[in-house]
Amino acid sequence: MAEIRVHRLRKEFADFTAVQDSTFTVRNGEFFCLLGPSGCGKTTTLRMIAGLELPTSGQIFLGDEDVTFKRASARDIAFVFQMFALYPHLNVRRNIAFPLVSQGMPRAQIAGRVEQAARVLRIGSLLDQPVSRLSSGDRQRVALGRAIVREPLAFLMDEPLGALDSEFREEMCLELRALHDRLGATTVYVTHDQLEAMAMADTIAVMNHGVVEQLGAPLEVYERPASVFVADFIGSPSMNFLPFDAALASGDHVVRVGSAPIEVPALREDIAARGLLCGVRPEHVRFSDRSALRAQVLGSEYLGTSRIVTLATADGVQLRAKVDVASRAARGDHVGLEFDAEAVSLFDRANGRALRTARDDRIPREGARHG
Amino acid sequence: MADLSLQGVSKRFGAIQAVDGLTLAITSGEFVILLGPSGAGKTTTLRLVAGLEQADRGSVHIGGRDVTHAAPALRDVAFVFQQYSLYPHLSVFDNLAFPLRSPLRPARAADVRRKVEEVARLLRIEDKLQSPATRLSGGQMQRVAIGRALVREPALYLMDEPLSSLDAKLRNDLRLELKRIQQDLGATMLYVTHDQMEALTMATRIGVLEQGRLVQVGTPQDVYEDPASTYVAARLGSPRINLIARALVPGVGAPGQTATIGVRAEHLRLYGAPAASARPAARVRRIERLGDRQLIHVQLAGAEQELVAAASGGSAFEPGTAVQLELVRPLWFDAVGQRIAA
Repeated sequence: MAEIRVHRLRKEFADFTAVQDSTFTVRNGEFFCLLGPSGCGKTTTLRMIAGLELPTSGQIFLGDEDVTFKRASARDIAFVFQMFALYPHLNVRRNIAFPLVSQGMPRAQIAGRVEQAARVLRIGSLLDQPVSRLSSGDRQRVALGRAIVREPLAFLMDEPLGALDSEFREEMCLELRALHDRLGATTVYVTHDQLEAMAMADTIAVMNHGVVEQLGAPLEVYERPASVFVADFIGSPSMNFLPFDAALASGDHVVRVGSAPIEVPALREDIAARGLLCGVRPEHVRFSDRSALRAQVLGSEYLGTSRIVTLATADGVQLRAKVDVASRAARGDHVGLEFDAEAVSLFDRANGRALRTARDDRIPREGARHG
Repeated sequence: MADLSLQGVSKRFGAIQAVDGLTLAITSGEFVILLGPSGAGKTTTLRLVAGLEQADRGSVHIGGRDVTHAAPALRDVAFVFQQYSLYPHLSVFDNLAFPLRSPLRPARAADVRRKVEEVARLLRIEDKLQSPATRLSGGQMQRVAIGRALVREPALYLMDEPLSSLDAKLRNDLRLELKRIQQDLGATMLYVTHDQMEALTMATRIGVLEQGRLVQVGTPQDVYEDPASTYVAARLGSPRINLIARALVPGVGAPGQTATIGVRAEHLRLYGAPAASARPAARVRRIERLGDRQLIHVQLAGAEQELVAAASGGSAFEPGTAVQLELVRPLWFDAVGQRIAA
């Protein structure tokens, strides 16, 4: 196992810059997610680590070795593509053994490795079955088996669960993370699904337009997003944003949205007059008759344990509140809204940057923007 | 809008019984969602209603009329497929107008324009009407595909996972929009999905399919809180309900014939372990901190099985902590997974 270091990595395709000066370190044994919408550069970054693309500039280290311009086959890395890429005419055992056979490993050694991989994946009983008869979950396990049997320095995975039913995806997320905990292998995992990243990652790098906008633990990224983009991309339903204009001074802890005063964490910087956004997650919105912030209910969605209520303020701003399932809110109702003050984020509307507040007192934000 | 009634409808493809004696009555203005995993018979059921497949047995009535053997075009249904199939050489306007210009149901140009503009407004694509269909984003294309169904005011809308190709954010938005449009039009809708969130949030009633059979029909709350079987219980709720062999959790008051105990993650309470307690013991394995809530995975003492407890906000537990479990509102199931009344 090994650490992966990416230093000022850049990739240009003709007039399009796919990745702009990315710098990050994947620690030994870490589960690291590259997260972002399609076209953000996450897959290109992964392919450069794998050696399937050459960077325009920058360096990649695998352990202590500079592998930037090494051939893919000379890097001790296993790449898991779409998981269903199995040889249909071979049985499970031979599918898993394939990478070792092509390396020319002695037979006896291969047998042991395959048995061990199958044990880790709990598919020992399927080894002699044809892959064509397997369920999609078991096929996926076989594809993983082909990656882990090589015992590489690192695993790279590109949206391996993308094609699955939502129900099954959740189960495979747990299984993949449990597998990671058993193997302790350095893993870089690409996904556009923030829930997958939140559930599995030790560290998430949120990418947008080729730039790593934030690097941090899942909860860190969720609770203290460095930008509007990150705040909006992580969390479902996404964060609510209320626009307002103001000049703020360090120490201020109330802002005015329209005529409604809203308590926020104390500012830690002075802000000259400009357009700002007050960001609050749906689970931090409550109904309160006393509040001056009024809204009308557009709809209410039952979710079993909770209810998502969609609302519009008088200014036409749409908000979502995640409330207890027993809360009654019918389409057309008028309600007052309150926010959990300590959970509110503030952003500069022009550049999307998060303002520094008391929320940042604990630890400095890691790798805000690209480092 | 019209009623839909399916009576004992069956369809077999070779060795596979795709739909098996399905009986379902949908009232005008209802939004019914069929939920089930791939292969449960959802899409086949829709295609049988649309007339794209012929039933082996049983009958289909739309608006009181027996259409079991009627041609698709004569059933007055609008079908939205999973993959939007737009005419790439036409503008958004012409794509939306297409069904209105069908030789079967010709309409006046002024009516076509009024109707297309009204639907475009509903779907918030009115500023895209003159764009070529190919210039749209995936979400906009799917809205046009839904719009093509809406311009027609048919007796019945049939939708086959229309949101599944969209990203999570857009799905969130369109769920509510689709529900609003359905209510505003008073449309009768039969919709199939494998996404439990869509079923819970949009349906008037949910029908759960298992291997071609309809195993439970009810309001989202009924089906969620009162599932008829372990199969139904496992279809709804995220994370999935914990299903525990009875022997692993003695002393929770299960009735005699109980084989499996179901408890949803939000109904599994954890307590720091007092020395002597009658509650089942477990150990915390892993904590998923998802931001809005935490999922605490615990392993039952003396067993392999892991259970999941959901907690909002912070939790004092760390991996390795010994805990006691309380099962709030447990559900009892017999040896074949059928629910036992408490």
